[in-house]
Amino acid sequence: MINALIIDEKDDVAVAIEPIEIGTEISYVAKDGKVKTLMALDNITIYHKIATRNVAKGNPIIKYGEHIGIALTDIKAGMHVHVHNVQSHRENLEEELI
Amino acid sequence: MNFLGYKRPDGRVGVRNKIFILPASLCASDTTRIIASQIEGAMTFNNQLGCSQVPSDQQLTMDVMAGMAANPNVYGTIVVSLGCENCQMDLVVKAIKERTNKPIEQFIIQENGGTIATIERGVRAGKKMAQDASMVLREEFPISELIIGTNCGGSDPTSGLASNPLIGELSDRLVENGATSILSETTEFIGAEHILASRAKTPEIKEKIYNIVHRYEKALQLVGEEVREGNPSPGNKAGGLTTLEEKSLGCIHKAGHTEVTAVYDYGKQISEKGLVIMDTPGNDGSSVAGMVAGGAQIVVFSTGRGNPIGNPIAPVIKITANKITYANMVDNMDIDASPLIYGTKTMEELSDVLLKEVILVANGKLTKSECLGYTETAIARLCNFV
Repeated sequence: MINALIIDEKDDVAVAIEPIEIGTEISYVAKDGKVKTLMALDNITIYHKIATRNVAKGNPIIKYGEHIGIALTDIKAGMHVHVHNVQSHRENLEEELI
Repeated sequence: MNFLGYKRPDGRVGVRNKIFILPASLCASDTTRIIASQIEGAMTFNNQLGCSQVPSDQQLTMDVMAGMAANPNVYGTIVVSLGCENCQMDLVVKAIKERTNKPIEQFIIQENGGTIATIERGVRAGKKMAQDASMVLREEFPISELIIGTNCGGSDPTSGLASNPLIGELSDRLVENGATSILSETTEFIGAEHILASRAKTPEIKEKIYNIVHRYEKALQLVGEEVREGNPSPGNKAGGLTTLEEKSLGCIHKAGHTEVTAVYDYGKQISEKGLVIMDTPGNDGSSVAGMVAGGAQIVVFSTGRGNPIGNPIAPVIKITANKITYANMVDNMDIDASPLIYGTKTMEELSDVLLKEVILVANGKLTKSECLGYTETAIARLCNFV
């Protein structure tokens, strides 16, 4: 059963569209149309984020194809991604563009 | 594509035919509440401001008061002031007359024998205005006459996933038909401002987009605070939004895909067509009030957690894509966008539904918040009272 969605092909996270229990299968349709699965390493509340790949501490987390914050710890694929392991980070987006 | 609206003497077209009982300050707010309660179709709000404000702060209050009175959903306005407040009657009336030539009456409590005598005079004037308003009939107008405000409140990840993209589709279709769509909530551009800036029609508009974001951040830093304190809110976080950047990237989907044709300061009258930005707070009551003051006849409002607010002047259409919230707050939600997440309806199907709903509401269909009589209103502020 599809129980998660991914928004952009660059994203590190999927969004749970059903409650997902630890140890059960997470299933989403990747942007190439193929169904991908992985194991939930945490309980995931409906509409919360799950890492679809490993992100090392200090690296940006990508959702909507853009940075939404920095990983506070090493995050493994299948983990719940939220305020306990991601921190907001103000980037100078104006300079990057110019 | 047409709707049935009310033509005003200033040339604008309304979708409601309200009598607006405007309190010039806090001290007139209970008086206007009592006057409005006596008159069919009269609306007011609890104005907490209008006095003891520094000039730049007072200007925001003046712009919202004048803009609400000038909004074409209003037939005419009765201004009630106390008499000694900073927002003096002559200033308020002048600000309204700069925007519109619609009917206006004024009563100063301190010069009319106190609140009871003012209520009597206000009710008599309002009764006549209501009867005059009832003679104006709806006529057919193209939807290019519409200015639609967009807002998100009590957001969660379903907002960025489905309900904001749905509002974005609506925005694109309105713009395609010559109407105006407003993106608001500057605090929720932070982390996504480069995407909006890349869609600016001119280099000046691009610079203004960056300017309003930086100005907002700096204004809070001047009092030693950061915009991230309190945003995302506890409810946003419980819903699954982690950072302000994530919230912003979801928020700006309301702007669809068209170019940004103008950037307006808070509460200023909107004249450009297409997709425009208004610099408003993320706070919903004040963001909606700013857009309504700018001339929005209807506000389309997404929510994840479930937000019930309305507005005294403009109907507010509530959309959620959170299936649990829709079931839980069906009394407050107008549109269920969750089929987009679960693949049971396409974006094209649901944007047809939403566009039809906007036209029905323009024609007079009451939204859920109107049925419940909800009129929550706030006005943006720069700083503390003096």
